[in-house]
Amino acid sequence: MSEAASAMDRVLVELFGEDHGVVRDAATLTGVARFDGRAVTVVGTADRAVIGADVALRLARAVLDAMRDEPGRPILVVVDNAGHRLSRRDELMANNGCIAHLTRCLDAARRRGHRVVGLVHDLAVSGGFMATGLSTDLCYALPGSEVRVMAPAAMARVTKIPLDRLEELSAVNPVLGPGVENFIRVGGLEGVWDGDLMAHFREALSRPLDGADMRRALGESRGGRSAAARVAAAVRAGAAA
Amino acid sequence: MEHLEFDYDGTGAKPARAFALAGVVGSGNLEVLIEAADLGGRCAAVVDTSVRGYGETWRQVLADFFARHAMSDVRVSINDGGATPAVVSLRLDQAAAEIKDASA
Amino acid sequence: MRVARHSFYEATARRRVDGLLDQNSFREFCGPAARIVSPHLPALGMPVAFDDGVVVGEGTIDGRKVLIAAQEGGFMGGAVGEVHGAKITGLLERAADVKPEAVVLLLDTGGVRLHEANAGLVAMGEIQRAALSARHAGVPVIVAIGGKNGCYGGMSIVARSCDWIIASEEGRLSISGPEVIETVEGIEEFDAQDRALVWRTMGAKHRRLIGEIDALVADDMGAFRSAILNFVGRPRPLDLDALEAEHAMLSRRLERFWDCADGRDVWARLGINDPAAVPALDADSFNGLVGALEGGRS
Repeated sequence: MSEAASAMDRVLVELFGEDHGVVRDAATLTGVARFDGRAVTVVGTADRAVIGADVALRLARAVLDAMRDEPGRPILVVVDNAGHRLSRRDELMANNGCIAHLTRCLDAARRRGHRVVGLVHDLAVSGGFMATGLSTDLCYALPGSEVRVMAPAAMARVTKIPLDRLEELSAVNPVLGPGVENFIRVGGLEGVWDGDLMAHFREALSRPLDGADMRRALGESRGGRSAAARVAAAVRAGAAA
Repeated sequence: MEHLEFDYDGTGAKPARAFALAGVVGSGNLEVLIEAADLGGRCAAVVDTSVRGYGETWRQVLADFFARHAMSDVRVSINDGGATPAVVSLRLDQAAAEIKDASA
Repeated sequence: MRVARHSFYEATARRRVDGLLDQNSFREFCGPAARIVSPHLPALGMPVAFDDGVVVGEGTIDGRKVLIAAQEGGFMGGAVGEVHGAKITGLLERAADVKPEAVVLLLDTGGVRLHEANAGLVAMGEIQRAALSARHAGVPVIVAIGGKNGCYGGMSIVARSCDWIIASEEGRLSISGPEVIETVEGIEEFDAQDRALVWRTMGAKHRRLIGEIDALVADDMGAFRSAILNFVGRPRPLDLDALEAEHAMLSRRLERFWDCADGRDVWARLGINDPAAVPALDADSFNGLVGALEGGRS
């Protein structure tokens, strides 16, 4: 077992005990664990997996099963990926359609009263984050993990902005650079789980939510995304200006 | 980026419509937003361009434009991605034709 | 023969909106005169656009009330930044409030705008959630793809979360751009210069044949308009049965075609006698072929 995988297992053990019932099949994690005396479906990936069409469908199956087996059962989405899989075969199969299916299943679960909680472990990248963490009610990160759209060197190449300038700007603008702290500030992550994981999970499961998308408001109040909430509200109201 | 502001005498009627937009901001292209504005009969232009050092060219192109189209109380706002003077004049003319068009 | 003034591909976002909606019916929200521009591009030395590259508003199509968003592919490749994304999200949220007969999304995009990457990525999640909320409110969301950028990145996931997708022969729908695959995985994995390969893998015809999109049209404004009208007022079910049916469809696809190396192999396995001829078919002939395949299946 790799170091990262054993770290992931420690997290599962801390949350659900030694016999957590979460099974690894290649990079995919699925299972039904118990927490505070009730069942919790765990779905996710490990070892900086890449989300291919097959992986997306396997995770979607576990989410569909949770909805069928037990209405309202909480779902923990373990997020650890290096993005979606970059391959001709996955594109031929329409990976976007398979990932969309996974996210629609997670969305359906949320709307049907399953509390869906995301937890970033190690790494989440772009389409891989959209496939998982962005489809939850509340998404958190473990200390030391990273969320990003693209590595800074590649971003400098594509945007044609020199790397040192990009890093300088990233230091002052949370929309630009990688990092959990930046994603917290723009409202893409709720916060970091350090210390007592069970207490954090318990809080996430019991937090009253009304189904409204709070991420823009979070981004605004945390000063990381100041325009989105206001602009979306103006368009929603049908304002000319 | 360079920010430029110009001011010209108005010479004709106020525009028929509130605003018009022509063009798209991109490499070698620009967008022109032309609006009715209460400027005491004068005309104004504001340019934000990705290419520095062409202030005099902009002044001339815009002066030609306002000379061609007799207008007053008009503000032109430009976001430029490095368009040539010919493309700038084309977009200005498109925007002017639309804002003068009372039919829509 | 293509008449330039009717081309969807060649038109700007504003011309597309004008060309699809009833004359003078369009009312724009937060339009260019409001100057709601990107708060992030100036610091990077990049020019802004007065509409941040997306036109949103309401109008009618054949007298039926719709909300519409059109991405401007000429501005930063139609990429989604903070304001751009918020405009689309707000429009979809409005749909759940006012319940038009449809929301029409004209997508022309490479995905997240890297210059405001984190805001763009989170916006993708918000757009998707708002699209699904509109659908849950009974409003069908119709996607049309036919611009220079195709529909890539997170917006390809958004597109497949909507009710219906219409694309022209020029349309492409995929999560990764060919250049990205080539850069990261090498030219053996994907030769991005091989346009025929790009179209066989990501193009509208392949997507129509495997069931990713619902209608293929010629690059013509009138053809897009007719295809959109066909879906106005027709929401698709979004319940557990629908998700199970989708799961079965996608699982069957992977079982049948996972070992195929090329679009032509997939098409041959679908029962097309001359797969090499597919790319050259015009929209009518292609749709005839699709009809024959679907007829043979049922």
